Amino acid sequence: MRHLLSAGDLSRDEATLVLDTAAELAQVGDRSVKKLPTLRGRTVVNLFYEDSTRTRTSFELAAKRLSADVINFSAKGSSVSKGESLKDTALTLQAMGADAVVIRHSASGAAHRLANWVDGSVLNAGDGTHEHPTQALLDAYTMRDRLGRLDGLRVAVVGDILHSRVARSNVLLLTTLGAHVTLVAPPTLLPVSVHTWPCEVSYDLDEVLPKSDVVMMLRVQAERMRDSFFPSVREYSRNYGLDGERLNRMPAEAIVMHPGPMVRGMEISAEVADSPRCTVTEQVANGVSLRMAVLYLLLGGS
Amino acid sequence: MGSADPAPDPDAPEVPEGTRAVLDGNELNRALTRIAHEVLERTKGGQHVTLLGIPSRGVPLARRLARRIERVEDLSVPTGSLDITMYRDDLRLAPARALGRTEIPAGGLDDRVVVLVDDVLFSGRTVRAALDALGDLGRPRAVQLAVLVDRGHRELPIRADYVGKNLPTSLRESVTVRLDETDGHDAVLLGPSRPSPANTLKGGLKGGLRSGSPDSSPATTEGDD
Repeated sequence: MRHLLSAGDLSRDEATLVLDTAAELAQVGDRSVKKLPTLRGRTVVNLFYEDSTRTRTSFELAAKRLSADVINFSAKGSSVSKGESLKDTALTLQAMGADAVVIRHSASGAAHRLANWVDGSVLNAGDGTHEHPTQALLDAYTMRDRLGRLDGLRVAVVGDILHSRVARSNVLLLTTLGAHVTLVAPPTLLPVSVHTWPCEVSYDLDEVLPKSDVVMMLRVQAERMRDSFFPSVREYSRNYGLDGERLNRMPAEAIVMHPGPMVRGMEISAEVADSPRCTVTEQVANGVSLRMAVLYLLLGGS
Repeated sequence: MGSADPAPDPDAPEVPEGTRAVLDGNELNRALTRIAHEVLERTKGGQHVTLLGIPSRGVPLARRLARRIERVEDLSVPTGSLDITMYRDDLRLAPARALGRTEIPAGGLDDRVVVLVDDVLFSGRTVRAALDALGDLGRPRAVQLAVLVDRGHRELPIRADYVGKNLPTSLRESVTVRLDETDGHDAVLLGPSRPSPANTLKGGLKGGLRSGSPDSSPATTEGDD
């Protein structure tokens, strides 16, 4: 495959290859020279229509560690604010010889559209409420790194599933890799089509937690909400937030994940966020190795 | 340990048609023993030596050398592996390859005498890549090269310090090293060339993210020289 648009496009072997490659590349971060010459002379464009610190810097660092040239292009302060369409922006980047475009866009499907317009590789860094495949890959990597396996792992994804691209990508990828996913959310924060997803659904966090090896907390994406989806922050937090007491009801080796940014006191308590069982900073570190692996596998060959 | 003479043996089906064994198991092991002694001699006792095998078959060869050195001199030599995939100069000629393992021994490489170990020395491009990789990992006091087979046809100004067997070959021939650890038995085979190595390379992706581990490749080491 030339592009990485959806976590669902990856077969089990392909996904495992990405994780294995990332595991090898993780060593580069520990060396005195944190750079490989592999993508010398290649150009990677970060095309970000939505705000992002983590994902953009992670992709930038990954590309730079592979010696690629990186151009950061954010919608603010570009021709986009003058009314240029995605297609025209894409063709401009194409004319400049971009070998890969990393795109984040508020519209679901933007990455797919872009893939039809440019010759280079397109990497989906989040499109609307649709998918965020590299986040799912780095989550899977973190789980395998911490718990030693993915096959048969029980993963609970808790929170704003409706607006989450991370949830969808994780469900697709983790299912491919043999894990069992349970989505936990109030009915108002689940997509209508959730019954077609290859996972279980529950409304009761306390029932799911004791039988989960991994719990992934999602942020409530207030910026995407036009209606009110739950009565109050306090009530949401009491029913679906993870605090120390709930964490203690999980198996002893279970881990807590969060794709960031966290809202302490909302979906996760400060006590849990700072506990050694919370992998948030590991996820960020693993994200760089994982994105190096994806860039290498998509751009490194002929 | 059954493989003995190049005569018809239980080993017979292991040698594919059109190829012949230029080294059998015993000869291969004798060559390694000699190299181990040469390393000790040239490095004045091997106190500062670190052995780095180049995947896939350089790695078991490096381990065997370490075992022999330990037997002779009662000296435990730090041994590791150095994958050079990311430093290759022909990456763009084939789909992206799966990476091998890089394991640098705990003491690091600074001020060590690093002996690179590979199975076949051919164009010299693998060794060039390995030298580049070493430069990013530390600053060895010296770098030396040990190979099981030198088949000639160098494309770069590189030579080996320790050679198991000099094997004059034609470019139309292929050299295959088989080792107990990776292939179930020891032998060096000389045969007719295989179809263009670029197409038979280790599992990559591109035009299909295809998986493959570096060790799952057939017993060919020839493309890697």
